[in-house]
Amino acid sequence: MLRNTTTRYGWAAIVLHWLIGLIFIGQFVLGWAMVRIASQRTSFELIQLHKSFGFLLLGLVLIRIGWRLGNASPGLPEEVGAMERRAAPSVHLALYAAQLVVPLSGWALVSVSVLEIPSMPFNLFVMPNLPLGVSEQAENFWIFSHKWLAYAAIALVVLHILAAFRHHFWLRDVVLVRMISPFVANRAGKPE
Amino acid sequence: MSLRVLGVTSFLALGLIGGTASAVALSEAAGRYAISANGSSIRFVIGKAGGGGLNGAFGRFSGSISIDGGDIGRSKVDITIYPDSVGTGQGRVDAFLKSDAVFDAANSRQITFRSTSVQRTGDNSAVVTGQLTARGRTSTEKFQAELHGLKNGQLRFHVSGKVLRSRYGMDVGTPIYSNIVDFEMNFAARRA
Repeated sequence: MLRNTTTRYGWAAIVLHWLIGLIFIGQFVLGWAMVRIASQRTSFELIQLHKSFGFLLLGLVLIRIGWRLGNASPGLPEEVGAMERRAAPSVHLALYAAQLVVPLSGWALVSVSVLEIPSMPFNLFVMPNLPLGVSEQAENFWIFSHKWLAYAAIALVVLHILAAFRHHFWLRDVVLVRMISPFVANRAGKPE
Repeated sequence: MSLRVLGVTSFLALGLIGGTASAVALSEAAGRYAISANGSSIRFVIGKAGGGGLNGAFGRFSGSISIDGGDIGRSKVDITIYPDSVGTGQGRVDAFLKSDAVFDAANSRQITFRSTSVQRTGDNSAVVTGQLTARGRTSTEKFQAELHGLKNGQLRFHVSGKVLRSRYGMDVGTPIYSNIVDFEMNFAARRA
């Protein structure tokens, strides 16, 4: 039940999916709020929290990618149309890329910041900076990149959620439910 | 010229040898002095997790020193620092330090130190204990003072000490930034 099969997801993939999804959306909300809050103290503390969850996210995403590469992936149910069947792998690949690139761009941002505030995830240890040059220009570049990558990623997440709802409420297939329980499998599965 | 040098000079002048040297020097230094901005500095360092530190200085401060020639223990030191003048070389850090996250310079315009006792520890050195008040909170602090010279009515002191910023409601950023603020101060004071 831990591992995936060609017709259903296992617990590991399910837990990683929801955990990463929850942290990712939470990070988007936190990132949006922390730079708009009036209190500089609260803002500073929220930014450190955002960095902590960002590193946690990056770690979980790396585990998830490893798990995905070392596991079978259940295919789409047979009733899924040809166009969606073709589009789904690209959207999933883009989602994986976003999960990786958004936290990495955040890490780059704190690494090049002229404020040189150390990163200390959950106050546990000092995370070294990426070997990038510190400068005002580099900081502005990574602020821009991190922000717009996050907006693009959240747009993909919204698309992903809408697609899941479409499968569940419109097409009434198992695509959403099989990501909630490993006891739900495709009636007939073809690898993606 | 240090107290020790003054003392030696006094021996020669008076033809005395013995433990009265310091007392003679002290009597020469006795009096009331006003700290002059020219030649004085108040610098601080806050250690950062992973090494390095945040260096800063206060640009505006004032104060007076009264040396009791008969009893060094009855000497007084009063210093007022204007936190709005804090500078680190990085404007965004300065703005953060002046904000309600740290000094709250808009509402708490002064940091004051009023000595309560001066204890001589050597020919040229003393421990100055006093009440430090910042952001409406008062705590007892100790500083090591060393007399560097007395020339043309100008006293030169070096003062150092460690202050826990958590005592003054300024613990933002711990443990990324140390709770200990290391002060290094040089004072040039003219006879008032």
